[in-house]
Amino acid sequence: MYRYDEFDRDFVNARVAEFSDQARRRLRGEISEDQFRPLRLMNGVYLQLHAYMLRIAVPYGTLSSRQMRMLAYIARTYDKGYGHFTTRQNLQFNWPALSDIPAVLADLATVEMHAIQTSGNCIRNVTADHFAGAAADEVADPRPYAEILRQWSSVHPEFSYLPRKFKIAVTGAEHDRAAIQVHDIGLHLKKNAAGELGFAVYVGGGQGRTPMIAKKIRDFLPERDLLAYTTAILRVYNLHGRRDNKYKARIKILVHETGTEELTAWVEKEFAELRDTELALPAEDVKKIEAYFAPPALADRPEGWGALAAAQRADEAFSAWVRRNVTPHRHPDYACVTISLKGIGEVPGDATDAQMDAVADIAEELAFDEIRVSHEQNLVLPHVARADLKAVYDRLVAIRLETANAGLVTDIIACPGLDYCALANARSISVAQDISIRLGDQKRQEEIGELKIKISGCINACGHHHVGHIGILGVEKKGDELYQVTLGGSGDEVTSIGDIVGRGFTAAEIGGAIETVVDTYLGLRAAKDETFLQAYRRVGLAPFKEALYGSEAKAA
Amino acid sequence: MAAKFILQVLTANRLGDGEAVWWSADRRWSETLAGSEIAHDADAAAALEAIGKAAHAANLVVDVNLIDVELADGVIVPLRLREKIRAAGPTIRPDLGKQARPAAARAA
Ligand code: SF4
Repeated sequence: MYRYDEFDRDFVNARVAEFSDQARRRLRGEISEDQFRPLRLMNGVYLQLHAYMLRIAVPYGTLSSRQMRMLAYIARTYDKGYGHFTTRQNLQFNWPALSDIPAVLADLATVEMHAIQTSGNCIRNVTADHFAGAAADEVADPRPYAEILRQWSSVHPEFSYLPRKFKIAVTGAEHDRAAIQVHDIGLHLKKNAAGELGFAVYVGGGQGRTPMIAKKIRDFLPERDLLAYTTAILRVYNLHGRRDNKYKARIKILVHETGTEELTAWVEKEFAELRDTELALPAEDVKKIEAYFAPPALADRPEGWGALAAAQRADEAFSAWVRRNVTPHRHPDYACVTISLKGIGEVPGDATDAQMDAVADIAEELAFDEIRVSHEQNLVLPHVARADLKAVYDRLVAIRLETANAGLVTDIIACPGLDYCALANARSISVAQDISIRLGDQKRQEEIGELKIKISGCINACGHHHVGHIGILGVEKKGDELYQVTLGGSGDEVTSIGDIVGRGFTAAEIGGAIETVVDTYLGLRAAKDETFLQAYRRVGLAPFKEALYGSEAKAA
Repeated sequence: MAAKFILQVLTANRLGDGEAVWWSADRRWSETLAGSEIAHDADAAAALEAIGKAAHAANLVVDVNLIDVELADGVIVPLRLREKIRAAGPTIRPDLGKQARPAAARAA
C-alpha cells in the first residue's frame, strides 16, 4: 500500500494547519462566508441541509485497517456514529461542526488521509477498479498509475482553477468496473502486441445534465507518456474549455463542440511538445511506486476448495453469499469479497462506526489488511483465502453485513438526495429502500439476475442514474417529488446512456413502476440467462412503455 | 385584486455547526421552526430579509433564505418538501436531527 513520503506528510500537515487557521478566523468573524467558502470547499467541507458535510478522499478506493478504524473513530467522536461511502469511492460525514473539522483533519492526517481536492474545479480523487491488484481478469494493477496521477495533480498550479471539476478513472481489466467512459479522462491499462504496458485513452465522458460517452482518442499510449499526454489534454481543456457557462464548462462539451478529430489534433500537438520533457515517466519511478502496491505474499491454500464446498452444502445462506459476493482472484486459492452495504431496506452506502471497526478487524486478521471502497457504494476485501471465506462470512453476519446481493436488483446506488443534499430536488434513499423491500426476497432477486438500479436526487447525477440498467432521476414538479425512469444505461466497457421511458412517477408510484419494469423483463426474456440489459438491447423501450402506461402509450 | 401573499419565515444555518435555524417571534435564531416570526405581507418580508442580511454580515449564520410556509391549525408548515426535511431531519433516519429531540428540548 502506498505510504506517504516526507513530502506528502509535510504537505498534508501544512494544509491542516492552514485550514485550522482559516476556520478559526471564520468562526471569529474575521473572514466572510464569501471569502471562506472557496477555502472550505478546497478542503472538502460543504454546507448541506442539516449541517456541514465533510468529504474525505479515499484515493483509488484503497484503505488499510488502521485508516478504516480512524474513520470509525471520527464517526463516533465528531459525527453521529456512521459514514456514507459515495460513488466517487469517498466517505462523507453528514454532521460535523465546522469548529470540529480542524481536529478531524488533524486526526485523518495521522493515518495519511485528507479531504483535499474532493471539491472545487480541480482534478478530483482519481478512482480505480475496486478489484485492482486482485482480479483474475486484470492485465496489471492500475493503482500505481492512479497514485502517480494523484501526486502529479495535487495542488497542481496550472490545474487548480480549471473551467470545472475534472475526474479521472483507471482500470486494468478488459471488463470495466471503474466506469471509465463516463469520466473526463478514462484510462484503460493494457498491453500491446509486444507485451508493453500502456493505455487506451478516453476523453470527454460525463453524466450530469448532459450525459456523454467518452471518445477514445488514443488506442495505445506508452506508459512513459502518461503524464505528458494527460497534461496535454488538461492544457487543451484549460485553454479552450468554456468558462462563460457553468453548464457547458466540462470537457465533454468541449469535445462535443469541437469534434473528436480536431480535439485529438490539438491534444497531439501539445503532446508532441511535452513528450520528451521532464513529464516523461522514468521506468525507475514507476517501479518505485509499483513496489508500494506489491500484492501480499499469498501462500497456496488448496484446502479451501474442499472446505468451501462442504460449507456451502451445509448452509444455503452462505452458499448464496458465495454465489453473489465472491469474485475470482488471480490466485485460484483466493477470492475477492464484496461486503454489501445494501442490506434490504437499509441506506445504500452507510456504515456505522462499529461496522467499520469490525471490517477493519476482519481485514487485519483474514484479508491482508486491505479494504476497498467501490463506486457501487460497497466495501471489498480484495484478498481472502477460499479457506477463510466461511470465517469472514460468519463475522459479517455478526455485524449484519452479510447481504448476498452484489450486482443484484437490491444492490442499488443512491446519492444522498433530499434527505441531506442542499442541491437535491427529490429523495433518493427512500426510493432505494422502497425498491429494496419490494424486491428483496433472495430467491426472487437471484431469479431476476444482474440488474443495476441507480438513483440520483437531481440532474447532477451523483447516483449515476444515466448508466443504470434502470436509472431513476428525482425532479421537483409543483413542489412535489417526481421520478423519471431511464432504461438501458450501462457504465461498463459497452457504455450506454439510458433512454427516458416516459412521463415521471410520484414518490408513491415509483416503487410499483420499477416492479412493473422488472416483471415485464421477466416475462419477455429469451432465456433465464438473458440479463435485463441484454433483453433491453434486444427489445427496446416499447414493451416497457406498454406495461407502464398501457393505452396511454399507444395514444402517444 | 392582488394575488394572495404567501406567508414567509426566515431561515439559515448557524455558522459554527451548520444547524438549521429560524428567526423566531421572540427575535432570536431558534433551532425549531415552531415559533418563527411570520411575514404576512411584503413589508414584513423585507424586514425579515434585512434581519437575515445583518446576521449574515455579523457572521452568525450562513445560507440565509426566506421560505414559503402556511399555517395548518396554527402550526407553521413549509410548502416545499426541502424545507420540511430541514425542519425535521432526514426522513430515512427518524432517530437523527430535530425530529429525534425531546419536544421539551425542542421548545426551549
Ligand atoms: S445527484 Fe444531486 S441530489 Fe444527489 S448528491 Fe448529487 S447533487 Fe445531491
